[in-house]
Amino acid sequence: MSTTSVLFDAPGPKAKRLYAAVGVGSIVVLLLILWFVISKLNEKDQLTAAKWKPFLTAEIWTEYLIPGLIGTLTAAAIAVVLSLTIGILLGVGRLSAAAWIRWPCGIVVEFFRAVPVLMMMLFAYALFGYYDLFPSERLPLAAVVFGLMFYNGAVVAELVRSGVHSLPKGQNEAALAIGLTTQKTMRLVLLPQAITAMLPAIVGQLVVILKDTALGYIITYEELLRKAEQIGNFKSNLLPALIVVGAIFVIVNYFLGLGAVKVEQRMRRRGRSAGGPLAPDQIDQTAVAAAAAAALPPQEQIR
Amino acid sequence: MDVISEFFTEYDGLKAFQQTIYLTLLSALFALVIGTAVAVMRVSPVKVLQVIGSAYVNIVRNTPLTLVIVFCNLGLFLQLGIQLANPNSPTSIDDNNFRLAVLGLSVYHAAFVAEAIRSGVNTVPLGQAEAARAIGLPFLKTLRYVVLPQAFRGAIAPLGNVLIALTKNSTVASVIGVTEASAVMKVMMENRPDVIFVVFGIFAIGFVILTLPVGILFTSMSKRLAVKR
Repeated sequence: MSTTSVLFDAPGPKAKRLYAAVGVGSIVVLLLILWFVISKLNEKDQLTAAKWKPFLTAEIWTEYLIPGLIGTLTAAAIAVVLSLTIGILLGVGRLSAAAWIRWPCGIVVEFFRAVPVLMMMLFAYALFGYYDLFPSERLPLAAVVFGLMFYNGAVVAELVRSGVHSLPKGQNEAALAIGLTTQKTMRLVLLPQAITAMLPAIVGQLVVILKDTALGYIITYEELLRKAEQIGNFKSNLLPALIVVGAIFVIVNYFLGLGAVKVEQRMRRRGRSAGGPLAPDQIDQTAVAAAAAAALPPQEQIR
Repeated sequence: MDVISEFFTEYDGLKAFQQTIYLTLLSALFALVIGTAVAVMRVSPVKVLQVIGSAYVNIVRNTPLTLVIVFCNLGLFLQLGIQLANPNSPTSIDDNNFRLAVLGLSVYHAAFVAEAIRSGVNTVPLGQAEAARAIGLPFLKTLRYVVLPQAFRGAIAPLGNVLIALTKNSTVASVIGVTEASAVMKVMMENRPDVIFVVFGIFAIGFVILTLPVGILFTSMSKRLAVKR
């Protein structure tokens, strides 16, 4: 990451003055924007104490924000466990030597990666509701988990696959040479190393899952965003409520992201896995190495 | 299979997918512009700009898209009265929602575009920037003539991933009443719960058709355009 500093020379006196001028100029622009936003908020009476005070009362926290956070975290936690399970199964299936396992797993993974999570949630909500599969108070949670589980399961499957591909060929060959079956090679040698290499990326994926629980808002799941709306209706301070909930999301996710970086650094020090750790940035919701992953040699895709 | 003909006639599914495509393309354009600007700020020599750029990326990347879109409607429009469409035109509500959705999608995905471009900048070998400086190019010219052209070519694969994610994420616009594909799917499922799998299948295939060629195109482009080293 230090490569960026190579883009410019160590500044001389003239450049230093220029940089300072640009810096001051951009601070001024920033302050102007801030001033504009604040005056606009003020004009619409969004900065009054009545709108912000409620967040200092215990009631808002115990009745709304904390239950909302628990709702968000519950859905995320269940989805994480289930998506890891089916993700590892699908990923291993996709690496299987038997074509009749490999192909269906591949199709399932590609399908669930192509379909929007929201559509899967809407589908699950309508499906579970129509066939009465869950008690009605559990229905939104079930639909949220269903959507998250399949999408992220497919992503984890791709992570497993690229993790295994990133291992040196010698690992597989050595395991086979000492007489392990292909199954045991996968279970005892390749998978443990691949999962260690994937760990930062998986922690990074937690952020994606946590963010996507907010889609549950659309199917009436009681998570943070829904609670923000309820606070807004209750205290008529919708805008502050949205800002506070946004801040909660940012803080929780920021620390999760830091966790991913920590895990990666730790593994780089330990260096137990034969393959290097996968960069967490790389495996974002947007940055999942899509079709490209399949086509590029492993070293390039984890760069 | 009357439900398939219903998709084309009664529900006008093609119109819905057309909305999805419009949302995607417009947001992609704006996100590319904002994202490039943010990426340039993050690699610039001015500390303040670096801080602003990384603050933008960190805040936006950690906020759920649903919240961003809901904020655009409930916050910007209903609370602050920011109108993006002519309030006197007959379609002003629809236009306004559509434009707010484009705004939210662009702002959100710009953070990912910025990260993609920054990763592209990291693929450019040090020697390129050093050589550009050696022949006396200042920072902005180094970026414009030497680093960014190569960075974009190196960032094509991640940019393609952002575009695919954007296509899928455009469904979130339905939360503020844009009638794109997922909104129409929801209505169809409510009216025809007996054929719910068929309905889901139709729309899922629609998205596979939209995203698959993009993936293939960007993969082949990233190979064809990659700077040979």
